Amino acid sequence: MVVKTLNGAKAVAEAVKNCQPDVVACYPITPSTHIAEEMNHYYANGDTKTFIAVESEFSAISALIGGAATGARTFTATSSQGLLLMHEALFNAAGMRLPIVMVVANRAVSAPLSIWNDEQDSMSQRDTGWIQLYCKNNQEAVDSVIQAFEIAETTLLPVMVCIDGHYLTHAVGQVNIPPQSEVQDVLPPFKPKIFLDPENPLSLGVYTNPSHYQEFREDLHNDLLQSKEKIIEIGKKFGKRFLRTYGLFEEYKLKDAEFVLVGLGSVMDNVKATVNELRNENQKVGALHLRCFRPFPSEELKKILSGKTIGVIERDLSLGAQPPLYTEIVEALQGTNTIVSSFFGGLGGRNLDRTAIKVLFQKIKSKKPLKEWIAQQKGDQK
Amino acid sequence: MSKQSDLHLLAPGHAGCPGCAPSNLLLQICNTLGKDIIVVNATGCMEITTTQFPQSAWRVPYIHSLFENAPAVASGVSAALKAKGNNHTTVVCIGGDGSTYDIGFGALSGLFERNDDVLFICYDNENYANTGVQKSSATPFGAATTTSQVGSKHHGKERARKPIVEIAAAHNIPFAASASVAFQADLKAKLKKGQAMKGARFITVHAPCCLGAGFDGSLSIKLARLAVQTRLWFLFEIEGGKLKLNFNPKVEKPVQEYLNGQKRFAHLLPPLFEEIQAQANANYARLLDWHERSVPAQKE
Repeated sequence: MVVKTLNGAKAVAEAVKNCQPDVVACYPITPSTHIAEEMNHYYANGDTKTFIAVESEFSAISALIGGAATGARTFTATSSQGLLLMHEALFNAAGMRLPIVMVVANRAVSAPLSIWNDEQDSMSQRDTGWIQLYCKNNQEAVDSVIQAFEIAETTLLPVMVCIDGHYLTHAVGQVNIPPQSEVQDVLPPFKPKIFLDPENPLSLGVYTNPSHYQEFREDLHNDLLQSKEKIIEIGKKFGKRFLRTYGLFEEYKLKDAEFVLVGLGSVMDNVKATVNELRNENQKVGALHLRCFRPFPSEELKKILSGKTIGVIERDLSLGAQPPLYTEIVEALQGTNTIVSSFFGGLGGRNLDRTAIKVLFQKIKSKKPLKEWIAQQKGDQK
Repeated sequence: MSKQSDLHLLAPGHAGCPGCAPSNLLLQICNTLGKDIIVVNATGCMEITTTQFPQSAWRVPYIHSLFENAPAVASGVSAALKAKGNNHTTVVCIGGDGSTYDIGFGALSGLFERNDDVLFICYDNENYANTGVQKSSATPFGAATTTSQVGSKHHGKERARKPIVEIAAAHNIPFAASASVAFQADLKAKLKKGQAMKGARFITVHAPCCLGAGFDGSLSIKLARLAVQTRLWFLFEIEGGKLKLNFNPKVEKPVQEYLNGQKRFAHLLPPLFEEIQAQANANYARLLDWHERSVPAQKE
């Protein structure tokens, strides 16, 4: 174990380097740029094998499609507009069952233009067939990216590791980064059974007629749902080796809690801190950090959230409808008479501090299902 | 299946139009380059007609991803081979003119700039044939397509095609060439030359589209030959800024001999024939001048 003091971008890049990807292709976009720079730094010093400085994010993901199809371990990082530019290729990578790992440094989407954090970018890609893991701090980001390679390579599904832009990518703190020698204890080499090989020719990405198309999509859907087991298994294995265990979600003082805030990403460290403060006042509050948004652990959430009073907090929108995390939590809790409120906001880098979170706990105590914007904090308006 | 067809690296029985020149080109590409290749194919006629699940005509490893990303996919394949220490397999990227000149052009330019180890081959049939004959940047001046229609105000495509080989060469890549399905020895020589080189190599091959241009499939090769003879297509290669004309159409042959047999040019009247003839002669003069400046020893 090596404890270092550095920002999230550098920490993640070092973890990726320790996983020894064969093909790395990157294009700069704030706030993921430092990850690309670090990966190039490793390449320049001979610590990684390749670095393709592509001319767009669309080509970054496309190069990884080619790389992964040739049996290589692949990595890229992007944000916001870059992720949106990749949209078409994201479906394609998942459909071709290519185990690509990508870090998304979450950022708002244009218009208006904003370089600051929210999760509208990755949430808008939730139906592309990728596994999506959300991290609440940089330790989780480092650990998740290491696990992501094995999750991807054993399920043959691409994995998006989502970390909040600026809040995590640019935040400096102490992070435990397993060195390459220790990563090897948990991450086996990538040895695909099917890849582009002149010794054993096969065709990938073929055309299908109505007689076959749906079966391919059905398989992808079912395998994505089943990947929950692998995510849990690999999270446990990681815990055995490094004493930090991961699963589909993290329960925090949940068992006896009556009032629970559910969310994902960096805001959840603030929610946990708020839970601690309110618990000191003997309030029965708790938190649930949803690490795995795709596949969505519907059944598992139903078991632990039924009967509690829930507030869903999220930095995203589904324009013209209800926000994505809220609708899926409601779907999971169907028929359980659980009261679920929706709180959305914190968009474009607007802070969600403990004062704002306390207000949300206060609100759900009314036991009325609310759907509202998170109130603006003093000092945010300028 | 005959023994002869067993030897082909592209299986017979494709779903292309009878007499399809690009299909013929695929066969020549595979058989010339051999087994130690990986083919990356952009969306298009040649993808659709060779890979209808559960069948595939390809006896070499093949991947199709999207319409506009084939060059970047090929860069990734090349990088993966490099990472594995494979320095022998040729990465062959194949796209039609729609993907090459238009929608995938940004990715292609990126590939050229990085000089990634990819042999890129464009089957240039001068239109979006797969979607039912629309105008591309490779569609020649005057040609009617469903998006460059002939009406009372407009009369087919109003601009000349992109000079794609010269654009490719301007990236300073090791090899940029123009070939034709009708000149097989020249085509094979270029394929082999490109295969033997490293870095980004580009070959565009004229492969007339019987569906898009409107002629009987039995005439594909004849028309391809006429295009070269009438100076509407040229056989040349550019290396290190030097151009070599592989076939010199010294004697002017009227462009009508090529244009007349195609429905897409059926609306043309004499003034437009004259304009096309002038364009053809100007292109010839430009390339011949470049050729003569490049290889003074060959000047007669």
